[in-house]
Amino acid sequence: MLKTDNLQYAYQNGNPLHFPDIQCGTGEHWLLLGQSGCGKTTLLHLLGGLLTPKEGSVSIGDTALNALSSSALDKFRGKKIGIIFQVPHFVRSLTVGENMALAQQLAGMPIDHQRIQKLLDRLVIGHKLDSKTSDLSQGERQRAAIARALINQPEVILADEPTSALDDKNTDEVIMLLEDTASEVNATLLVVTHDNRLRDHFTKQIQLAVGSRQ
Amino acid sequence: MNLFKLSWKNLLHKPLNLTLTLILFALGVGLISLLLNMNHQIEENFNKNLAGIDLVLGAKGSPLQLILCSMYHVDNPTGNINISKAKAFLNPKHPLIKESVPLSLGDSYRNYRIVGTTYDILEMYDAQLAEGDLWANNMEVTIGATVAHALHIHTGDTFKSSHGLVEGIEEHEHDFRVVGILQPTGSVIDQLILCNTQSIWDSHERQSAEVGEQLAEGSDGGNDHSGHDHSHDKVAPASYDSLTLRKLAEADRLELMNQTDKDITAILLKYNSRTNIQSLNMGRNINENTELMAASPPIEVARLQTNLGGGTKVLTQLAGVIVFVSGLSIFISLFSSLRDRKYELALMRVMGGTPATLFWVILLEGLILAVMGYVLGIALSHLGMTVLANFMEDSYRYSFSGLQFLTAEGWLFFGALAVGFVAALVPALQARRTDISETLGKG
Repeated sequence: MLKTDNLQYAYQNGNPLHFPDIQCGTGEHWLLLGQSGCGKTTLLHLLGGLLTPKEGSVSIGDTALNALSSSALDKFRGKKIGIIFQVPHFVRSLTVGENMALAQQLAGMPIDHQRIQKLLDRLVIGHKLDSKTSDLSQGERQRAAIARALINQPEVILADEPTSALDDKNTDEVIMLLEDTASEVNATLLVVTHDNRLRDHFTKQIQLAVGSRQ
Repeated sequence: MNLFKLSWKNLLHKPLNLTLTLILFALGVGLISLLLNMNHQIEENFNKNLAGIDLVLGAKGSPLQLILCSMYHVDNPTGNINISKAKAFLNPKHPLIKESVPLSLGDSYRNYRIVGTTYDILEMYDAQLAEGDLWANNMEVTIGATVAHALHIHTGDTFKSSHGLVEGIEEHEHDFRVVGILQPTGSVIDQLILCNTQSIWDSHERQSAEVGEQLAEGSDGGNDHSGHDHSHDKVAPASYDSLTLRKLAEADRLELMNQTDKDITAILLKYNSRTNIQSLNMGRNINENTELMAASPPIEVARLQTNLGGGTKVLTQLAGVIVFVSGLSIFISLFSSLRDRKYELALMRVMGGTPATLFWVILLEGLILAVMGYVLGIALSHLGMTVLANFMEDSYRYSFSGLQFLTAEGWLFFGALAVGFVAALVPALQARRTDISETLGKG
């Protein structure tokens, strides 16, 4: 489902980064561990099509991301890839529900209020539908971010340090909800983290060595 | 959740910014629209009241004052002229003159001027009777539509006039009686109270007689105008066709010509031919060779409009500056909001938005501001016109309206859109270029 082949990226004025080949099957949950500064976020952005690799390719399903035009890639990302960031951000002028609706609309999907409500209920923040995102607690915000990543039933969910800002209790809750809801839509889940608290949750793990940076 | 709604919510998210920008924009648009409307309606009023009058005769003084006084009824008279001096211009047989309307001013009723004149004034302003009759006897008046409406006067009512052209100086004893009301014409005649010249003389003579009476007690002041034997049993003309009225007016003028010891205020003239060289020289000849002053309405009005035009120009430039500043304020508020919203914009790309989506969200914010500002500005200016209308009608005899919309205001709409577009363009392009990976990487 998610496959990389000889992936390389180079920042301006920086040495090129080489990443190990990754292959995740449909519905599998993977943990990608690595220390700070080993290029975890860069890899996640490459996988999500937010960056264009210097060498190599990323494929999701049968689609090679670098074969898509810029706007086709944007639409593909909106529909097929859900991304959760370290710090959850939202469009501040909109409510939680409106943020979900915007995610559906920007991906070119019809707005489905029933699905929005159900998903928020599933993540135990159904009562926050009409709240401004700034009124949510840290844990609630991360759950809302999960809801937004899942709203279009993506094939791949990428999570960048989703628990780094959460305490132990919230970390357990959030990661379980993330795994459960990913399973419910049979999405491939890849969590990128340096948070060792998550090790026990995942059987499939990749270690990103500092050595990958040359 | 379409882009329009998103832009709108983004604007609402910063209510203070929104209010400030809107107020600025509305002020600029409103001021421009107000100036356009005022210019247009003043010009319209001036032109309507020109009424084809070629020359105004009066006492020597300021020609503009004479025009303002006797055609627009806003200024005071330059003085009076003795009929013996003006006789020739009242003569129906004058070879160059087609119409000649004598005016006698000096009295008013609750700020509306009482004008002693002849029936010719009706034709000059295209006035028709709405109800009742035209004045026929002394102290009978026919009133303009605005007077009737504003003062709630009906046919058959009587009133006491005040001496002078503003209210409340001193009241004359004698009653005027309203015998008819004119249809609205949109010109200055709507605001006049019309009677024959004799009525003005009578009421003034009575007054001086009354003063005399107080000095010499016991004298009977009732019959003091016995010097003039006017038929007190005149009836209103049987038919109001223009030929009949013309004949009656000519008879009036002939009668006036004999009253060589009396004064009138002004004479409105229309030439037989405007291209005749003698007509063209008539004004100058009068000014050089007689004790009268001749003023040409088109020249004086053009001069006035040029003078007013200077002020309007400054105001228009001021309005332009306000619009520019409001455009700048749209630009600044959008541009500074970009810094705050960088992450949101990148996020929208992650959710499937294209660079064009981001461009439109920002551009729409500028356009929405412009449209709202425009609507608010137009509403303000027409509200202002309505308020001004009441004021102007009272003090300048102008019929203004807040409900008249100009084509130029349609163009103003596109101008406003253009300002909104230009102000939002650079921020929108900036938003389009948002580097998502870099922005999101910074968290």
